[in-house]
Amino acid sequence: MSVRRLAAQQPESFAFSPENLAWAQTQIAKFPAGRQASAVIPLLWRAQEQHDYWLPRAAIEYVAKMLDMPVIRVLEVATFYTMFNLSPVGRYFIQLCGTTPCRLRGADDIVAVCKSRIGEQSTVTADGMFSWLEVECLGACCNAPMVQINNDYYEDLTPESFNKLLDDLAAGRPVQKGPQNGRHASEPESAVKTLQDPALYDGSVVGAWKKRFEEEEARARQAAADKEAADRALAAQAAAEPRPGKPDATRPQQAAADTPADRVAAGKAPVAPTERAKAADPAKKLSDKPTSKLKDAKAETGKSDESKG
Amino acid sequence: MLHDRDRIFTNLYGLQSPGLEAAKMRGAWDGTKFLLEKGRDWIVDEMKKSGLRGRGGAGFPTGLKWSFMPKQSDGRPHYLVVNADESEPGTCKDREIMRHDPHLLIEGCLIASFSMGANACYIYIRGEYIAEREALQRAVDEAYAANLVGKNNVHGWPFDIYVSHGAGAYICGEETALLESLEGKKGMPRLKPPFPANMGLYGCPTTVNNVESIAVAGTILRRGAAWFAGIGRPNNVGTKLFCVSGHVNKPCNVEEAMGLTFRELIDTHCGGIRGGWDNLLAVIPGGSSVPLVPAEQIADAYMDFDTLRNLKSGLGTAAVIVMDKSTDIVRAIARISYFYKHESCGQCTPCREGTGWMWRVLNRMAEGRAQKREIDMLLEVTTQVEGHTICALGDAAAWPVQGLIRHFRHEIEKRIDDYSANPHSEPASAFGVAAE
Repeated sequence: MSVRRLAAQQPESFAFSPENLAWAQTQIAKFPAGRQASAVIPLLWRAQEQHDYWLPRAAIEYVAKMLDMPVIRVLEVATFYTMFNLSPVGRYFIQLCGTTPCRLRGADDIVAVCKSRIGEQSTVTADGMFSWLEVECLGACCNAPMVQINNDYYEDLTPESFNKLLDDLAAGRPVQKGPQNGRHASEPESAVKTLQDPALYDGSVVGAWKKRFEEEEARARQAAADKEAADRALAAQAAAEPRPGKPDATRPQQAAADTPADRVAAGKAPVAPTERAKAADPAKKLSDKPTSKLKDAKAETGKSDESKG
Repeated sequence: MLHDRDRIFTNLYGLQSPGLEAAKMRGAWDGTKFLLEKGRDWIVDEMKKSGLRGRGGAGFPTGLKWSFMPKQSDGRPHYLVVNADESEPGTCKDREIMRHDPHLLIEGCLIASFSMGANACYIYIRGEYIAEREALQRAVDEAYAANLVGKNNVHGWPFDIYVSHGAGAYICGEETALLESLEGKKGMPRLKPPFPANMGLYGCPTTVNNVESIAVAGTILRRGAAWFAGIGRPNNVGTKLFCVSGHVNKPCNVEEAMGLTFRELIDTHCGGIRGGWDNLLAVIPGGSSVPLVPAEQIADAYMDFDTLRNLKSGLGTAAVIVMDKSTDIVRAIARISYFYKHESCGQCTPCREGTGWMWRVLNRMAEGRAQKREIDMLLEVTTQVEGHTICALGDAAAWPVQGLIRHFRHEIEKRIDDYSANPHSEPASAFGVAAE
């Protein structure tokens, strides 16, 4: 953040032009009743555009009155947001992106052009045509280095193309917005490898996705029909041969695989000899041994269980 | 390389018309009513299942965020706010969506608003994007004219969409600062809780989403959560717009599958590193807020949230800033420090004072005019800024400095040695900074 003050020289008064006044009403109408303060940034911005790209005190007071806000609240907004110019700027106000991605691509050279042609930043040339300011990232990093002149972005600059751009602006010649090196937007320069499939653009994608939902629906219908049929069959079977009122599942302990009863039935000893030996081993008895030993004993038990299985 | 038919932003480079008819041919606004008729719960559930993580930097699951909104209104209206205040250095993806594929965004707004019971949506676009704002407004007007949105639209859900804008404050990309700004105040972040899902815009339940997160919603619902979740790596799924800037031969925006490697990304789309791979010094993989990663660690790393977090960095907004060996790395990070000093809103003392202090010390270190013990002092100060502020700008200012010291301490020490060996030399000033 930085200290931003209003200009020393201020105009007497400010009022929106009739078109801007009508436009301001459409902005206020975007927000719920009683929330007209939400429109303060768009209104201040339009005031700045109307007033040669800088915001005088009179405009701040005018907007405050229009939005029924205390003047201090509007002044706060005007000084907080850095796009509000509080003192006069050149007819072509150059905002030069100086953050690291642009620096890496040579913003220093563009700064040098500005310094040599216009002078220090925030000073207006004698003819009132140009002034420049180094600003923070303007969000066109794939087209670095770039500047914004009034409302428009000029990208992919070199000192030569930037000099030419300034020449053209000064002479009133039409200029090309956007990339200055023939690029269209932010595609890899003359090497676009993606989005080449013509099927993306001929309308064949429209509705193609619905197949998935139709299939899903058909599957769901089929599943519902299957379930109904199965239920019907079950009901018919139940009606034909009623079953005794006894649970299907056995109790958990009956389901256990290695019970002594099962072992006897299978012709084995009721207790596995390994288990018996383990129980007889005095070293592995669970007595008042330290815990670490206990753990060892358990680990060994686990192992022998596994080997047995 | 991701197949063309799996790309969501098919007009990323603006080679086709951004208008409604062309957008419809590309599949936007296709069966939106059918999707809405599937119901709120289905939409939120499908978004959750798709594994979409927010594209604004933090990577919070989007479907989960939508589900935080109250199911029943208590009389207060619900709002969807789209964060189009794209200002993170290195990031320029939302701009392409708004000027080239705006109808995907508008359709996404309708779907998201429906799923959280909102009848109004505000798109807050950064002040500098004037042409983009006009392009988006044109698309909104087209949608109104075709009765796709509006009070009695063809989708049967009363829905209004408004485009508003800021005036050059990075901090308004923080969701609560954005809400403050949208209410017509200075963009100073609010304390949480209460969270916006409870008390957001005008004290009403609000969800704030990034442009990209919203714009992909329609396509995800059409093609299915399973399709989206099938691209990429576990927990880091889907496609993502990467913005590659800096020292590559062909800087560009490109939509790719998450979890391709850095080398693939650069070699396939960006024509390689300037001067070859041996010339790579370091990469900032997710916008200026994340710490840099040196060449040997990044070259074959997967570009996704979890891999980069394990490299003590982050995917952030997937703004990949590449720096080759010609870079004055200390000055590059000092310039980022200046950015945070410039953009601190001044509300919390550690950030307001700390960002300026860190910038001044780093600037001296870039020239070598420092003591070696100051490196540790700087590191300690970053930890005192980090986590001690209302919003994450303090963290974002601290992390790049920490990354620099973690990986390039030797470079700073070398400069200090060089300077003290010859203290009267004129310091080089490759990364001069605007007068303050």
